[in-house]
Amino acid sequence: MSGQGMGASVARREDRRFLLGKARYTDDIVLPGQTWGVFVRSPYAHAAIRSINVSQAAAAPGVLAVLTGDDVAADGLGGIPCGWQIKNKDGSVMVEPPHPALAQGKVRHAGDPVVLVIAESKAQARDAAQLVEVDYDPLPAVAHLTDAVASGAPLVWDEAPGNVCFDWHLGDAEATEAEFAKAEHVVGIDLVNNRLAPNAIEPRAANGHYDAAEDRYTLYTTSQNPHLIRLLLGAFTLKVPEHKLRVVAPDVGGGFGSKIFHYAEELLVLWASKRVGRPVKWTSSRSEAFLSDAHGRDHVTHAELALDADGRFRGLRVRTLANMGAYLSTFAPAIPTYLHATLLSGPYVIPAIYAEVKAIFTNTVPVDAVRGAGRPEATYLLERLVDKAARELGIDRVEIRRKNLIKPDQFPYQTPVALEYDIGEYEATLDLALKAIDYERFPQRRAASEARGKLRGFGISTYIEACGIAPSALVGALGARAGLYEAASVRVHPTGSVTVFTGAHSHGQGHETTFAQLVVEKLGVPFDNVEIVHGDTDRIPFGMGTYGSRSAAVGGSAIVKAIDKIVDKGKKVAAHLLEASVADIEFADGKYRVVGTDREKSFGEVAFAAYVPHNYPIESVEPGLEDSAFYDPKNFTFPGGCHLVEVEVDPETGVVQVVECAIADDVGTIINPMIVDGQAHGGLAHGIGQALLEEAVYDSEGQLLTGSFMSYCMPRAADLPMFKVGNHVTACTHNPIGVKGVGEVGAIGVPPAVINAVLDALAPLGVTHIEMPATSEKVWRAIQAAKGGVA
Amino acid sequence: MKSFEFHRPQSIADAVALLQGNDAAKVLGGGQSLIPVMKLDLAQPEALVSLAAIRGLKEIRDGDPLVIGALVTHDEVAMSPVVRQRIPGLAALAGSIGDAQVRNRGTLGGSIAHADPAADYPAAVLALGATIETDRRRIPADDYFTGLFTTALAPDEIVTAVHFPVPQCAAYAKFGSPASKYALVGVMVARTAGGVRVAVTGAGHFVFRIPRLEAALNERFAPDVVGSGIVDPRDLRSDSEASAEYRAHLVTVMARRAVQACL
Amino acid sequence: MATISLTVNEKQHAVDVDPRTLLVELLREHLRLTGTHVGCDTSQCGACTVWVDGKSVKSCTMLAVEADGTAVTTIEGLARNGELHPMQAAFHTCHGLQCGFCTPGMVMSAADLVRRNPEPTEGDVRHWLEGNLCRCTGYHNIVRAVLAAAETLRAGQGGAR
Repeated sequence: MSGQGMGASVARREDRRFLLGKARYTDDIVLPGQTWGVFVRSPYAHAAIRSINVSQAAAAPGVLAVLTGDDVAADGLGGIPCGWQIKNKDGSVMVEPPHPALAQGKVRHAGDPVVLVIAESKAQARDAAQLVEVDYDPLPAVAHLTDAVASGAPLVWDEAPGNVCFDWHLGDAEATEAEFAKAEHVVGIDLVNNRLAPNAIEPRAANGHYDAAEDRYTLYTTSQNPHLIRLLLGAFTLKVPEHKLRVVAPDVGGGFGSKIFHYAEELLVLWASKRVGRPVKWTSSRSEAFLSDAHGRDHVTHAELALDADGRFRGLRVRTLANMGAYLSTFAPAIPTYLHATLLSGPYVIPAIYAEVKAIFTNTVPVDAVRGAGRPEATYLLERLVDKAARELGIDRVEIRRKNLIKPDQFPYQTPVALEYDIGEYEATLDLALKAIDYERFPQRRAASEARGKLRGFGISTYIEACGIAPSALVGALGARAGLYEAASVRVHPTGSVTVFTGAHSHGQGHETTFAQLVVEKLGVPFDNVEIVHGDTDRIPFGMGTYGSRSAAVGGSAIVKAIDKIVDKGKKVAAHLLEASVADIEFADGKYRVVGTDREKSFGEVAFAAYVPHNYPIESVEPGLEDSAFYDPKNFTFPGGCHLVEVEVDPETGVVQVVECAIADDVGTIINPMIVDGQAHGGLAHGIGQALLEEAVYDSEGQLLTGSFMSYCMPRAADLPMFKVGNHVTACTHNPIGVKGVGEVGAIGVPPAVINAVLDALAPLGVTHIEMPATSEKVWRAIQAAKGGVA
Repeated sequence: MKSFEFHRPQSIADAVALLQGNDAAKVLGGGQSLIPVMKLDLAQPEALVSLAAIRGLKEIRDGDPLVIGALVTHDEVAMSPVVRQRIPGLAALAGSIGDAQVRNRGTLGGSIAHADPAADYPAAVLALGATIETDRRRIPADDYFTGLFTTALAPDEIVTAVHFPVPQCAAYAKFGSPASKYALVGVMVARTAGGVRVAVTGAGHFVFRIPRLEAALNERFAPDVVGSGIVDPRDLRSDSEASAEYRAHLVTVMARRAVQACL
Repeated sequence: MATISLTVNEKQHAVDVDPRTLLVELLREHLRLTGTHVGCDTSQCGACTVWVDGKSVKSCTMLAVEADGTAVTTIEGLARNGELHPMQAAFHTCHGLQCGFCTPGMVMSAADLVRRNPEPTEGDVRHWLEGNLCRCTGYHNIVRAVLAAAETLRAGQGGAR
């Protein structure tokens, strides 16, 4: 195995093409006869379209077509569908408004696409787009949750009174009320979970090609899940059967959720390609991305925690408003509900929980999953609340958590909010993290900071998340309109080399390396003899893609299931070759051996026999060595851990700098520690960004004020410390690898730790509350307010 | 970006000739201010006159005043042994502009001709009492910056160099925007032959001095002389990145830090 | 149209371009060197970083006509004879890349740093990389990679480049 199986920090094989500049991203692809598409987007948050005059644009040099919502309607293209239906408290279904690919009659957010211009060159398409005349009648708009639910607020959709998409709840209201009634202490908090723009560094792009000779469509797109896009194009939007559709997600430059969803541009370039008879490519600019990629978070929450006299949690009730934006994106309704409220128990024993979530339409870009998706919102409110309770009850922050954590002997643990956690050792990760940051010596570090004029604070968050989405029957019952299994196909070649076709998609996760390590581990073949193929619906049987930290847990498990079938078939071949009974054959380290003897055949020899079946059990075993598996998980997986942060605050300017960040996670069995650490680092940067720097800010008229990297602050190298990442492993009990998932842990666990640290630093000044992002001005204002100043 | 004609004249005279009578023409230095606004169609010149082929604009001449050519890049100023020795505060300011790649292209002349209210160089030019040399005249710094993105330059006038009198000491304290790295507030304090000069960039609609503070610092040059309320928030900019009140507060803090650095 | 001549990765090119063509468009679309990427339109992300006459610049904020007569090096020109530049090698061994999109600009920028400052501290590296955004790595392993590459280069294992 030469150290390239499970548990080895194998350097990534995919790196070379990226480092040499030889990767192939969607925008790198230029097809013969390539044309370019540019969108005219609404400058208004809400407006009626009186008329569209395309005549000048159509006559401009190089222009091949200028297409509008009327053309979309005339050709019968379907609207962009939503993949999840939530039911209201009363059992009725959510309001699900239409989402035409190009605006028809009205625009509902700044950036809503109105016209598609196609030309011979990108410059010509851009020039012509400026000649399109759209006559808008501006309408009153709402962007903020609190404005949208106010009485008399402008309506985004006439069919959604009060702008309510759905009014949903989870948990036992009565039991929760009863706990609150007898509680010794009740601690309440009001919080905003700040809206984020996803900002993968590669902007979205799509290149559509209709081949008239074959009557077949090919789409190159920046997607985390090409099969899902094919499914939605085939069944709902383009409406052509799957075998006429090929969707390729080549190298993809990060997703963070934003590239899960089916976007109008994917449909429109395919449709336009058929209309102009040539391939059509669109690549988003960053400015356009801010106005068209689905955003994340954007919750306003009131939460209360009931505690007994000893500081034990007894009940939790949560009321949340969740912004959906103007249209329902693919997974939007699931995020504030089944990926949020179900996580409200955190790693704690809380006997009763009741959560109410109202999803609200606004004149903003749709809101959907961004790294963490619902779970950061749940973790943030819970961990802020726990810290506040500790302060109000005079209990140490670490001890209040220790006291309430679910203990190892309580697993499997059924929460009051639908989930059953399979396994965890939360105190172990807590202790590991405290040790890593050297908690004992925090007072000395605080004093040293003070000597330099800085306020130092320590912040903690103990969290769990749910990944490995998801058992199909369960999510189906909850409103999902798709199954959420994963598929894999394993092809062993005659000389024993292996090609794996996976439905998971790698856009930075390193599957070409980690999945190969799985194969090395299971088949004992050399690492260099394994190839991982992903991202092309013509090559891969099926797949649901990569999101929600599911690739290893669900996609990896599918690969293992397929390999198990290969190994079993090989046993029959080996038994024949070794003249033994199948029951006596064992497979280990790449060799089939007759138990208790030294008689063996290598995996390569068995593979060769399967393809050259001269001496072969042909009566009972087919030639060849190739198999597929679909793996539907039995449960979610539940990574968890403890994130610790120390900040220094400059009391003069309010600037916060994270100076220490030590985490200990339990992400289950680890395939490649180097990659697992790297995933944690990225999530931590995302989470620290949310806590201190990032916010998509709309003005009250629905104009995005932070529409570029000039004003939307992305975390940079100098904003972050070196991270201390530790792991404590309990293997997931219900998948064959024992993995849980790691891609989102940082984004979920760390934001409350950062804010708790800021509040700890400011506590001596009397500051008790601050919202994310804790910008320097917010911190300065909080200090001024605590001083009784004018700010 | 809109189409435009591109010229690369060999001399200042040719450059001026190309600009004359053509209000839609713009001078291109390092392009780090102009090209971003052209990409977003916020500026749509019909002609660009590049100064890149003109000799003599890329020199740093030692002496008092220290003369820096219009096409000298921020990085060249930051790394120049002459500037670092004569006016280390100016070298440090140049090294704080934008990021490494921007400093490799952006030029002194381009920055002060563009006159972005959040640019760093205007604070140095004004605080050091520099003189702006153009193709036709010399303009004292106090007369040069006239408003938001506006200067005393005629439309066809080209900055060729800036003359920086060497101060006893000068220091720049910058509070950069965490997103854009432009100055939310930047304060340059200089002890010059003519007394203390304090210039503030980023906070207002264009760079400005604080005479009252200068007078106080002339009396006694110490950080605690810089009190709160040295600028009126009503005179400052307010945007999604920082309110006028916060900017006013930062002017005090940065001024104090710049004075401290001058001691 | 303007005719410009320039050297890209030691190869001479003469190209007719519309003056509004950006250097990055010349590289990607005319010369089909797609290793240089575009991640924003406000000169922040640095994915387009290349060297012009040996200095790292943002090729999205420079007109192609301004590169007339210059020598440009892109990520495709960094490795020699299939052997990775020590900076590229360090990104690989330190896991300094995930999705790879920011990587070419990050490597070009970092390689420029260690030429100028052969002994950068962690703080120097973080400060220098202000002009490059990465969403995947949290910069942790990028910083490690740059420090490791600097050490390799100091030890003379990376040749004279």
